[in-house]
Amino acid sequence: MSVLTLDRLSVTLRTRSIFSNVSLRVAPGEFVGLIGPNGAGKTTLMRAALGLIPSTGRSSLAALTARDRARAVAWMPQSREIAWPIPVERLVALGAEAAGHSPTGRAGQTAIEAAMSRMGLTSYKGRAASRLSGGEQARALIARALAQDTPLLMADEPIAGLDPAHQISTMEVFAALAAEGRAALVSLHDLGLAARHCTRLVLLAEGGILADGTPAEVLTPENMARAFGVSVWHRQTGDGPIFQPLEVL
Amino acid sequence: MRLLFIILILLVAGLFVAGLTVGPADTGFTEALAALVNGGDGPLPLVMREIRLPRALLAVMVGAGLGLSGAALQGYLRNPLAEPGLIGVSNAAALGAVVVIHAGLVASGTLALPFAALGGALIGVFLVLALAGAQGGSLTLILAGIAISALAGALTSLVLNLSPNPFAASEIVFWMMGSLADRSIVHVGLLLPFVLVGGAMILSLARGLDALTLGEDAAETMGYSLTRLRLVLVIGVAAIVGGATAVAGAIGFVGLVVPHILRPFVGAQPSRLLWASALGGAVMLQMADILVRVILPERDLKLGVVTAIVGAPLFLHLIVKTRRESGGGLA
Repeated sequence: MSVLTLDRLSVTLRTRSIFSNVSLRVAPGEFVGLIGPNGAGKTTLMRAALGLIPSTGRSSLAALTARDRARAVAWMPQSREIAWPIPVERLVALGAEAAGHSPTGRAGQTAIEAAMSRMGLTSYKGRAASRLSGGEQARALIARALAQDTPLLMADEPIAGLDPAHQISTMEVFAALAAEGRAALVSLHDLGLAARHCTRLVLLAEGGILADGTPAEVLTPENMARAFGVSVWHRQTGDGPIFQPLEVL
Repeated sequence: MRLLFIILILLVAGLFVAGLTVGPADTGFTEALAALVNGGDGPLPLVMREIRLPRALLAVMVGAGLGLSGAALQGYLRNPLAEPGLIGVSNAAALGAVVVIHAGLVASGTLALPFAALGGALIGVFLVLALAGAQGGSLTLILAGIAISALAGALTSLVLNLSPNPFAASEIVFWMMGSLADRSIVHVGLLLPFVLVGGAMILSLARGLDALTLGEDAAETMGYSLTRLRLVLVIGVAAIVGGATAVAGAIGFVGLVVPHILRPFVGAQPSRLLWASALGGAVMLQMADILVRVILPERDLKLGVVTAIVGAPLFLHLIVKTRRESGGGLA
């Protein structure tokens, strides 16, 4: 049983191959961090997995109808676009609507309130979403995705641009979702946070998956040197793993 | 929210009655309405039923259609500067009408002009859809709309340039300014299906337009097919704008200004803005059509001129307000 299955997925844009033959399964309970250097194709991989761009090979999500896909996965693009100053509660309600709930019905209300309280937005209900700070907007958009109440949540760099406290609390939300039996697939650049919070890391580099496993298995000096060209410092402590990139090789 | 709708509906109804009682035939308020309801012989029932009723109905339909179309396009493009003319259909419809005026075919039947305009609109929307492609995003739609708009505008200028005599030229120019004067109940019957079908198509997109607030990728993964949404939107807007241009000529600013004014009152939600802008458009166009009859009753002031004169300063005011709210910047 998996919430996402990719079978030899390949994407070619014009004549350039972005990645080829990527196979991946994400199971309930996993918090998967998708890491890799700039331009490795993390965003492209996730968009192809969702069926938003053409690809060859098979993705279990891309095969679904638009409506069924909306019940299988919630997607947070990197752009964090909020075009209009709609109230935060209405923004979160978009997720509940995508799940097929009426936003005024009991199931819809429950989903909206649960998502808002989980992201600490209860006191923001009537505020105009597009006028919030960047961090508050990011939290509102995560709440929207939570209200969609899907077995899988996919997010493209959801913690980029957040302060440390919000980075950590956001990672904890994803980890908690996984612990509840849902799954998250999240692209990340902060390898330290990825090491601490993800149950599994997938390293995308050189046009395919270079490593896939627990953070300790993936974040080896050899893999980091090969994929990112950096040396790293890595310790297992009583407080969990501490991982720090050191210098460019 | 409910208060806004009650106010707008009362305004639409009040202006409708007011529009029925304003005109060159000097009549009392109750007298005019009694003639409309009771009918009978004599000139007044004829004026009411043949001239003023169609005019008032057209003002409501054209205004509502333009307001609705503007709100839908702004929602789809996530841009408050979008307006119904953007997809090129109004210029294409105008070209069709202008060709018929140029050819001197207007006298051959009252409906030659509107049918030619509808033909122009149909060709225009077909070309825009073909150019933009089935899978394209909003950018290709804007570019295709601008291209068709510019081409139709250039061809209209060519026709004007080649017009056989100054009378034909001035007829073309005056028609393009937009008017609801001297329209009959036949025009109402012609426009009604376009407004009803186009309106129903646009209103069916309400939830998808809400989801688009978060961008195209997010909307797509929330279960809305953007390919379908864009197709339904373009055909719906084209039906309304093509129909409205065919019976009333080019009327600008309603579809641009009305959604902009009403947005803060509906919590900026694209779905609620559709209904509000339809009612608001009807209010604005009815007011403008009463103004043209009151300000210069003997000079045949054109409706499109008044909507532009009222709309442009209103729009400037909104720009200044936006600047002030965003702390001086234009963003």
